[in-house]
Amino acid sequence: MSSWAATIGGVISLRRIPLWTLALASLALVTIALVCVFYVAPNDANQGFSQRIFYFHVSIAFTAYACFACGAWGALRHLWKRDPRADLESYVCIHQGIIFGAMVLLTGSIWAKISWGHWWVWSEDELVLFLVLYLFYCAYFMLRFSLDPGPQRANLSAVYALFGVVLVPVSFAAIRLSKEFLHPRVFTLSGPRFGGWILVTYLVAQAAMLVLAYTLYRIEIVGKRLDLRLRELREVVA
Amino acid sequence: MTTAEKYVTAAYCVVFALVLLYVVIIAVKLGRLDRDVEELERRVERDSQDSGG
Repeated sequence: MSSWAATIGGVISLRRIPLWTLALASLALVTIALVCVFYVAPNDANQGFSQRIFYFHVSIAFTAYACFACGAWGALRHLWKRDPRADLESYVCIHQGIIFGAMVLLTGSIWAKISWGHWWVWSEDELVLFLVLYLFYCAYFMLRFSLDPGPQRANLSAVYALFGVVLVPVSFAAIRLSKEFLHPRVFTLSGPRFGGWILVTYLVAQAAMLVLAYTLYRIEIVGKRLDLRLRELREVVA
Repeated sequence: MTTAEKYVTAAYCVVFALVLLYVVIIAVKLGRLDRDVEELERRVERDSQDSGG
Protein backbone atom coordinates (compact mmCIF):
# COMPACT_ATOMS: atom_id res chain seq x y z
CA MET A 1 0.00 0.00 0.00
CA SER A 2 2.80 2.37 0.95
CA SER A 3 4.59 1.61 -2.35
CA TRP A 4 1.41 2.53 -4.25
CA ALA A 5 1.16 5.76 -2.31
CA ALA A 6 4.81 6.47 -3.05
CA THR A 7 4.28 5.80 -6.78
CA ILE A 8 1.24 8.08 -6.92
CA GLY A 9 3.18 10.70 -4.96
CA GLY A 10 6.00 10.42 -7.49
CA VAL A 11 3.64 10.92 -10.43
CA ILE A 12 2.02 13.93 -8.77
CA SER A 13 5.42 15.49 -8.05
CA LEU A 14 6.19 15.35 -11.82
CA ARG A 15 3.96 18.41 -12.10
CA ARG A 16 6.40 20.37 -9.97
CA ILE A 17 9.31 19.89 -12.40
CA PRO A 18 9.86 23.24 -14.16
CA LEU A 19 9.06 23.26 -17.87
CA TRP A 20 12.52 24.43 -18.90
CA THR A 21 14.08 21.48 -17.00
CA LEU A 22 11.80 19.11 -18.88
CA ALA A 23 12.62 20.76 -22.21
CA LEU A 24 16.37 20.45 -21.55
CA ALA A 25 15.96 16.84 -20.42
CA SER A 26 14.01 16.05 -23.62
CA LEU A 27 16.67 17.65 -25.79
CA ALA A 28 19.49 15.83 -23.99
CA LEU A 29 17.74 12.45 -24.05
CA VAL A 30 16.75 12.70 -27.73
CA THR A 31 20.33 13.68 -28.62
CA ILE A 32 21.80 10.78 -26.61
CA ALA A 33 19.24 8.41 -28.17
CA LEU A 34 20.17 9.55 -31.71
CA VAL A 35 23.88 9.10 -30.97
CA CYS A 36 23.17 5.60 -29.62
CA VAL A 37 20.97 4.72 -32.61
CA PHE A 38 23.46 5.80 -35.28
CA TYR A 39 26.87 5.34 -33.63
CA VAL A 40 26.61 2.87 -30.75
CA ALA A 41 24.01 0.19 -31.54
CA PRO A 42 25.28 -2.58 -33.83
CA ASN A 43 23.59 -3.55 -37.09
CA ASP A 44 20.91 -6.21 -36.70
CA ALA A 45 21.97 -9.61 -38.08
CA ASN A 46 18.69 -10.15 -39.98
CA GLN A 47 17.47 -6.68 -40.95
CA GLY A 48 20.73 -4.78 -41.18
CA PHE A 49 20.68 -0.98 -41.04
CA SER A 50 16.91 -0.62 -41.51
CA GLN A 51 16.31 -2.10 -38.04
CA ARG A 52 17.49 1.25 -36.60
CA ILE A 53 14.03 2.68 -37.34
CA PHE A 54 12.66 0.47 -34.57
CA TYR A 55 14.42 2.29 -31.73
CA PHE A 56 12.14 5.26 -32.29
CA HIS A 57 9.21 3.47 -33.95
CA VAL A 58 8.64 1.08 -31.00
CA SER A 59 9.29 3.68 -28.32
CA ILE A 60 6.93 6.15 -30.05
CA ALA A 61 4.27 3.42 -30.26
CA PHE A 62 4.52 2.70 -26.52
CA THR A 63 4.42 6.44 -25.83
CA ALA A 64 1.23 6.76 -27.92
CA TYR A 65 -0.32 3.87 -25.96
CA ALA A 66 0.75 5.58 -22.71
CA CYS A 67 -0.86 8.85 -23.86
CA PHE A 68 -4.15 7.10 -24.66
CA ALA A 69 -4.01 5.31 -21.28
CA CYS A 70 -3.40 8.63 -19.48
CA GLY A 71 -6.30 10.11 -21.45
CA ALA A 72 -8.52 7.32 -20.17
CA TRP A 73 -7.25 7.87 -16.62
CA GLY A 74 -8.18 11.56 -16.90
CA ALA A 75 -11.59 10.57 -18.29
CA LEU A 76 -12.14 8.20 -15.37
CA ARG A 77 -11.15 10.91 -12.89
CA HIS A 78 -13.60 13.28 -14.56
CA LEU A 79 -16.50 10.82 -14.39
CA TRP A 80 -15.70 9.44 -10.96
CA LYS A 81 -14.34 12.33 -8.90
CA ARG A 82 -15.58 15.26 -11.02
CA ASP A 83 -12.05 16.65 -10.94
CA PRO A 84 -12.34 19.99 -12.83
CA ARG A 85 -8.85 19.62 -14.37
CA ALA A 86 -9.37 16.03 -15.54
CA ASP A 87 -11.35 16.74 -18.73
CA LEU A 88 -8.73 19.11 -20.14
CA GLU A 89 -5.90 16.78 -19.12
CA SER A 90 -7.63 13.83 -20.78
CA TYR A 91 -8.12 15.86 -23.99
CA VAL A 92 -4.48 16.98 -24.11
CA CYS A 93 -3.23 13.41 -23.47
CA ILE A 94 -5.33 12.10 -26.35
CA HIS A 95 -4.06 14.92 -28.56
CA GLN A 96 -0.50 13.85 -27.73
CA GLY A 97 -1.46 10.25 -28.49
CA ILE A 98 -2.69 11.30 -31.93
CA ILE A 99 0.58 13.10 -32.71
CA PHE A 100 2.68 10.15 -31.59
CA GLY A 101 0.28 7.78 -33.36
CA ALA A 102 0.87 9.65 -36.64
CA MET A 103 4.62 9.18 -36.12
CA VAL A 104 4.11 5.44 -35.52
CA LEU A 105 2.16 5.10 -38.78
CA LEU A 106 4.68 7.09 -40.80
CA THR A 107 7.85 5.46 -39.42
CA GLY A 108 6.22 2.02 -39.65
CA SER A 109 5.24 2.68 -43.24
CA ILE A 110 8.79 3.68 -44.14
CA TRP A 111 10.15 0.52 -42.51
CA ALA A 112 7.52 -1.58 -44.35
CA LYS A 113 8.66 -0.11 -47.66
CA ILE A 114 12.27 -1.23 -47.01
CA SER A 115 11.43 -4.67 -45.62
CA TRP A 116 8.23 -5.70 -47.38
CA GLY A 117 8.46 -3.53 -50.47
CA HIS A 118 5.06 -1.93 -49.72
CA TRP A 119 4.09 1.20 -47.80
CA TRP A 120 1.09 -0.58 -46.31
CA VAL A 121 -0.13 -4.20 -46.15
CA TRP A 122 -3.87 -4.50 -45.53
CA SER A 123 -3.65 -8.21 -44.66
CA GLU A 124 -1.55 -7.45 -41.58
CA ASP A 125 -3.92 -7.35 -38.58
CA GLU A 126 -1.64 -5.30 -36.34
CA LEU A 127 -1.28 -2.52 -38.91
CA VAL A 128 -5.00 -2.34 -39.56
CA LEU A 129 -5.82 -2.50 -35.84
CA PHE A 130 -3.42 0.33 -35.06
CA LEU A 131 -5.02 2.36 -37.87
CA VAL A 132 -8.47 1.59 -36.39
CA LEU A 133 -7.23 2.72 -32.96
CA TYR A 134 -5.80 5.88 -34.52
CA LEU A 135 -8.97 6.71 -36.46
CA PHE A 136 -11.09 5.98 -33.38
CA TYR A 137 -9.16 8.62 -31.46
CA CYS A 138 -9.33 11.01 -34.44
CA ALA A 139 -13.12 10.68 -34.19
CA TYR A 140 -12.81 11.72 -30.52
CA PHE A 141 -12.00 15.24 -31.72
CA MET A 142 -14.95 15.24 -34.12
CA LEU A 143 -17.23 14.30 -31.24
CA ARG A 144 -15.68 16.80 -28.84
CA PHE A 145 -15.83 19.77 -31.19
CA SER A 146 -19.33 18.98 -32.41
CA LEU A 147 -20.63 19.84 -28.93
CA ASP A 148 -20.70 23.15 -27.09
CA PRO A 149 -18.26 23.50 -24.19
CA GLY A 150 -19.78 22.36 -20.93
CA PRO A 151 -20.54 19.32 -18.81
CA GLN A 152 -22.23 17.40 -21.65
CA ARG A 153 -19.17 17.68 -23.86
CA ALA A 154 -16.85 16.70 -21.02
CA ASN A 155 -18.99 13.68 -20.05
CA LEU A 156 -19.39 12.34 -23.60
CA SER A 157 -15.70 12.85 -24.36
CA ALA A 158 -14.76 11.00 -21.16
CA VAL A 159 -16.99 8.03 -21.98
CA TYR A 160 -15.56 7.89 -25.51
CA ALA A 161 -11.98 8.03 -24.20
CA LEU A 162 -12.72 5.15 -21.82
CA PHE A 163 -14.11 3.02 -24.66
CA GLY A 164 -11.06 3.79 -26.81
CA VAL A 165 -8.52 2.57 -24.29
CA VAL A 166 -9.93 -0.97 -24.68
CA LEU A 167 -8.45 -0.97 -28.19
CA VAL A 168 -4.92 -0.39 -26.83
CA PRO A 169 -4.34 -3.95 -25.48
CA VAL A 170 -6.12 -5.36 -28.56
CA SER A 171 -3.75 -3.45 -30.84
CA PHE A 172 -0.72 -4.57 -28.78
CA ALA A 173 -1.87 -8.21 -28.64
CA ALA A 174 -2.55 -8.25 -32.40
CA ILE A 175 1.22 -8.15 -33.02
CA ARG A 176 1.48 -11.46 -31.16
CA LEU A 177 -1.68 -13.04 -32.56
CA SER A 178 -1.00 -12.15 -36.19
CA LYS A 179 -0.96 -15.18 -38.51
CA GLU A 180 1.33 -13.70 -41.12
CA PHE A 181 4.25 -13.17 -38.72
CA LEU A 182 5.54 -10.33 -40.85
CA HIS A 183 5.67 -7.76 -38.06
CA PRO A 184 8.71 -8.39 -35.84
CA ARG A 185 8.00 -9.40 -32.24
CA VAL A 186 10.66 -7.99 -29.97
CA PHE A 187 8.84 -8.25 -26.64
CA THR A 188 7.77 -11.72 -25.52
CA LEU A 189 6.48 -13.12 -22.22
CA SER A 190 10.04 -14.21 -21.41
CA GLY A 191 11.35 -10.67 -21.90
CA PRO A 192 12.80 -8.65 -24.79
CA ARG A 193 14.45 -10.65 -27.59
CA PHE A 194 17.52 -8.46 -27.60
CA GLY A 195 20.22 -7.33 -25.20
CA GLY A 196 23.47 -5.42 -24.87
CA TRP A 197 23.69 -2.09 -26.66
CA ILE A 198 20.49 -2.74 -28.59
CA LEU A 199 18.56 -2.92 -25.31
CA VAL A 200 20.38 0.11 -23.86
CA THR A 201 19.65 2.13 -27.02
CA TYR A 202 16.01 1.12 -26.98
CA LEU A 203 15.66 2.07 -23.28
CA VAL A 204 17.29 5.48 -23.87
CA ALA A 205 15.00 6.09 -26.88
CA GLN A 206 11.97 5.03 -24.84
CA ALA A 207 12.92 7.39 -21.99
CA ALA A 208 13.51 10.18 -24.53
CA MET A 209 10.08 9.74 -26.12
CA LEU A 210 8.27 9.58 -22.77
CA VAL A 211 9.99 12.73 -21.48
CA LEU A 212 9.40 14.50 -24.82
CA ALA A 213 5.70 13.57 -24.74
CA TYR A 214 5.39 14.79 -21.15
CA THR A 215 7.15 18.07 -22.03
CA LEU A 216 4.84 18.67 -25.01
CA TYR A 217 1.86 17.78 -22.79
CA ARG A 218 2.92 20.34 -20.20
CA ILE A 219 3.45 23.05 -22.85
CA GLU A 220 0.05 22.37 -24.41
CA ILE A 221 -1.80 22.27 -21.10
CA VAL A 222 -0.27 25.61 -20.03
CA GLY A 223 -1.54 27.14 -23.29
CA LYS A 224 -5.01 25.60 -22.96
CA ARG A 225 -5.43 26.77 -19.34
CA LEU A 226 -4.26 30.26 -20.26
CA ASP A 227 -6.74 30.31 -23.14
CA LEU A 228 -9.60 29.26 -20.84
CA ARG A 229 -8.70 31.86 -18.23
CA LEU A 230 -8.48 34.55 -20.91
CA ARG A 231 -11.94 33.69 -22.22
CA GLU A 232 -13.37 33.94 -18.71
CA LEU A 233 -11.62 37.28 -18.16
CA ARG A 234 -12.89 38.60 -21.49
CA GLU A 235 -16.44 37.74 -20.47
CA VAL A 236 -15.96 39.55 -17.14
CA VAL A 237 -14.50 42.63 -18.84
CA ALA A 238 -17.22 42.66 -21.52
CA MET B 1 24.20 6.21 -49.13
CA THR B 2 22.41 2.86 -49.42
CA THR B 3 18.63 2.59 -49.87
CA ALA B 4 18.21 1.41 -46.26
CA GLU B 5 20.19 4.39 -44.98
CA LYS B 6 18.04 6.77 -47.03
CA TYR B 7 14.82 5.31 -45.64
CA VAL B 8 16.08 5.31 -42.04
CA THR B 9 17.16 8.94 -42.43
CA ALA B 10 13.73 9.76 -43.91
CA ALA B 11 12.00 8.09 -40.92
CA TYR B 12 13.96 10.14 -38.39
CA CYS B 13 13.42 13.31 -40.44
CA VAL B 14 9.66 12.65 -40.40
CA VAL B 15 9.73 12.38 -36.59
CA PHE B 16 11.80 15.55 -36.30
CA ALA B 17 9.54 17.44 -38.76
CA LEU B 18 6.36 16.43 -36.94
CA VAL B 19 7.72 17.46 -33.53
CA LEU B 20 8.98 20.72 -35.02
CA LEU B 21 5.61 21.39 -36.67
CA TYR B 22 3.86 20.76 -33.35
CA VAL B 23 6.22 23.12 -31.50
CA VAL B 24 5.71 25.82 -34.17
CA ILE B 25 1.89 25.49 -33.93
CA ILE B 26 2.05 25.72 -30.12
CA ALA B 27 4.41 28.74 -30.37
CA VAL B 28 1.99 30.51 -32.75
CA LYS B 29 -0.91 29.80 -30.37
CA LEU B 30 1.06 31.08 -27.36
CA GLY B 31 1.94 34.21 -29.36
CA ARG B 32 -1.76 34.78 -30.03
CA LEU B 33 -2.53 34.34 -26.32
CA ASP B 34 0.19 36.83 -25.47
CA ARG B 35 -1.40 39.40 -27.82
CA ASP B 36 -4.82 38.69 -26.28
CA VAL B 37 -3.44 39.32 -22.79
CA GLU B 38 -1.96 42.64 -23.94
CA GLU B 39 -5.25 43.66 -25.54
CA LEU B 40 -7.12 42.74 -22.37
CA GLU B 41 -4.68 44.74 -20.25
CA ARG B 42 -5.16 47.78 -22.48
CA ARG B 43 -8.94 47.41 -22.26
CA VAL B 44 -8.86 47.12 -18.45
CA GLU B 45 -6.57 50.16 -18.25
CA ARG B 46 -8.85 52.17 -20.55
CA ASP B 47 -11.95 51.16 -18.56
CA SER B 48 -10.31 52.10 -15.26
CA GLN B 49 -9.29 55.52 -16.70
CA ASP B 50 -12.85 56.10 -17.99
CA SER B 51 -14.40 55.23 -14.64
CA GLY B 52 -11.78 57.36 -12.81
CA GLY B 53 -12.20 60.39 -15.03
